[in-house]
Amino acid sequence: MLDIRGVTKSYGTTKVLTDVSFTVGDGRLTGFVGANGAGKTTTMRIILGVLSPDSGTVLIGGIPVTAGDRRRFGYMPEERGLYPKMKVAEQLVYLARLHGLSPASARRNTGDLLERLGLGARAGDTVESLSLGNQQRAQIAAALVHDPEFLVLDEPFSGLDPLAVEVVMSVLAGHAAQGVPVLFSSHQLDIVERLCDDLVIIADGEIRANGSRDALREQHGSPRFEIRTAGDTGWIRSQPGITVIDFDGDHAVFEAETDAASQAVLHRAVALGAVHSFSQQRPSLATIFREVIA
Amino acid sequence: MNNETHTAPTFAQSVWLVSNREITARLRSKSFLIATGILLLISMASVIVGSIVSQNTSLTKVAVVGTALGVVEQTKAFDIVESDTVKGAEALVRDGTVDAAVVPSDSADSLLGITVIALDSAPRDVLGTLSVSPDVKILEPASQDGFLAYLVAIGFGIIFLMSATTFGATIAQSVVEEKQTRIVEILMSTISVRALLAGKVLGNSLMAFGQIVSIGLLVSIGLAVTGQRVLLADVGPAIVWFAVFFAFGFVLLAALYAATASMVSRQEDVGSATSPVLFLVMIPYFMVVFFNDNPLVLAIMSYVPFSAPVGMPVRIFLGQAEWWEPMLSLVVLALSTMVVILIGSRIYSNALLRMGARVSLREALKG
Repeated sequence: MLDIRGVTKSYGTTKVLTDVSFTVGDGRLTGFVGANGAGKTTTMRIILGVLSPDSGTVLIGGIPVTAGDRRRFGYMPEERGLYPKMKVAEQLVYLARLHGLSPASARRNTGDLLERLGLGARAGDTVESLSLGNQQRAQIAAALVHDPEFLVLDEPFSGLDPLAVEVVMSVLAGHAAQGVPVLFSSHQLDIVERLCDDLVIIADGEIRANGSRDALREQHGSPRFEIRTAGDTGWIRSQPGITVIDFDGDHAVFEAETDAASQAVLHRAVALGAVHSFSQQRPSLATIFREVIA
Repeated sequence: MNNETHTAPTFAQSVWLVSNREITARLRSKSFLIATGILLLISMASVIVGSIVSQNTSLTKVAVVGTALGVVEQTKAFDIVESDTVKGAEALVRDGTVDAAVVPSDSADSLLGITVIALDSAPRDVLGTLSVSPDVKILEPASQDGFLAYLVAIGFGIIFLMSATTFGATIAQSVVEEKQTRIVEILMSTISVRALLAGKVLGNSLMAFGQIVSIGLLVSIGLAVTGQRVLLADVGPAIVWFAVFFAFGFVLLAALYAATASMVSRQEDVGSATSPVLFLVMIPYFMVVFFNDNPLVLAIMSYVPFSAPVGMPVRIFLGQAEWWEPMLSLVVLALSTMVVILIGSRIYSNALLRMGARVSLREALKG
C-alpha cells in the first residue's frame, strides 16, 4: 500500500501541488484523473523520487519510501522515450538489470513480456524502426520488465489503437490481480471508468475527490430512476414525491425525493403488470469529473 | 514472470551497467569505428613516413677520377663510381647518374688537390664532407633536435584535441539523447543521478583512454619495427605520461561536457552549449603550436589543468621538467577534476528534468 501524505510542491512562486494526500491500495487499480496542468505528472514524479517535494512524504507500508524501494517501482513517463538506436530486447534487459535483476532473469522477463505484448517478433529491432503503437508497447514493457511491486503509469493508453488498449488493460489488471498497487492517469475517462477500482481526481494541484469508483458514484449519484414495464407508465406522474423527467409510453425516467417514494413506484408497477427493468441511473465518470472540478 | 527478490544494485554496479551500455553503444556506431580507424591509420602513417624519410639518407653518388679516389675513399661517405677521364665524369654528372664528380685538381696550388664538378649548383653535402672544418665545442647541448621537438609537441596536441573533442561530443550527444527521448526520467527513477553521470563519464573515458593507449602502442611498435629505437627511447616516457595525464584530464572534460550538455534539450543546441568547453580544449593545442619553444609558457601550461595533459609530456620530452614536476601537476589535475565533477554533477542533476528552453548556468547551479 502506498500513501501520499500532505505533498506540496512549488516551482518558484507557482504552487503546483497543495497538500496532496491519497492512497493506492494493494491490488487496486487506481485511476488518477485531472485536466492538463492539474499536477498529475508532478505528483507521479514525486512518488518516483525523480522530483523531491517541498513538504510531505510518500510512504510504503507506513514507512517513508527509500531509493531501494523505488528500484522496485515501475514507471512509464508521460513523454515516452527509449534509446532510439538500441534493440528492443537489449534495452529491456538493460533497464531490468538497472533495477537489480540478474542477467538471466532480466532476459527471461524480457522474453515473456514481449510475447505477452505481441512484440516477440520485433525483439531484435531497434526502437526507432518500430511503429508508434509498437513503440508504445515497448514503453509499457519497460515499466513492467522488472516485476515491479508498485506501478505508476502516466497516460499509458494515449496513442494506443483499441486492440492495444485491450492488451494493456489486461496486462495492468493482471498485475493488480497479483496484489500490485497500480496508479495510472488518463484523459480517456471511459477507459478509466471500465478499468479502475479507485479514483483520485485532482484539479489545480488539489485533490478534489478520492475513493472507490462505486462509492464516488454513490456520492455523486443523482436521485434518478429509470423504469421499463409491459404497460403504460403514465400513472407515475400522480405518485407522491415523484417528478417525471422523461416519459415515453412503457418507459419513464423520474426523480424521487426519498427512497421510499421510488420503492412505492416499483411496488405499484409490479402490482400493475410485468416490470422489465428498474434501475437507479449511475452518473458517468465524465459527469462526476465535471461536477468535482467545477 | 518470476517472483525472484530484487537485490538493489550498489552504486558501483549501477555505474558499471551504465558505462557498459555507453561502451557497447559506441562500439556499435559505425561513425565511431570509422573515426577511430582513421585516427589509428594517421598515427601509423606518420611513423612509417617518418621512417622512410629518415632512411632516405642513402649515400650520395659521386664519380671519381684517378688520384682523387684516395681522398674520396677516406671519407666513406659516398657511393663511388670510378671514371677514367674527367670528360667521362662530366658526362655522368650531366646525365644524372651521379650527383657530382671529384677529379684531380688542375692547379698546383690547390690545397686539397681535388676539384668538385657539379651540374648547376655547388653540392653542399659533398663539399661539407670534403672540407676541413675547425673543432666545435657546444656548451649547452639541446637534448632534442628542434624540429623533432616541434613534431612531438604538435603530435601530442593533435591527439589530445582529436580524442577530447570526439569523445566530448559523444558524451554531450548521449546526455542530450537521454534528455530528448525522456528516457532520463525512467533512469532517474531507477538509479541515482550521480550513478548515471559517473557511468557515462567512466564509459566514455575508458573508450577515450583505450584509443589513446592504442595510438601510443601503435606508435611505439611502429617506431620499434621501423628501427627508430633511438627516437622511441626519447618519446617513450613522454607517451606514458601523456596517457596518465590524459586519463585524468579527460574525466575532467567529460564531466564538463556532460554538465553543459544537460542544460539544453535538443541535439541542435549541443554545439552552442558545449562550445565553451571546446574552447578550453583548443587552447592547449594552439599554445603548444605557437609556444613549444618557450620554456616559460610550457611550464605554465604544464600546471594549468586543461593544458597539463599536453604541456607536461612535451616538457618531459624536452627534458625541461624535474622528476617531481609531473607528480605535482598530476595532483593539481586530480584535485581540479574532483571539484569539476562535484560542480558538474550538481548542474547535471538540476538541469536534467528541465525541458524546453536552455537552462541558465545560475539556475542549474542553484537547483
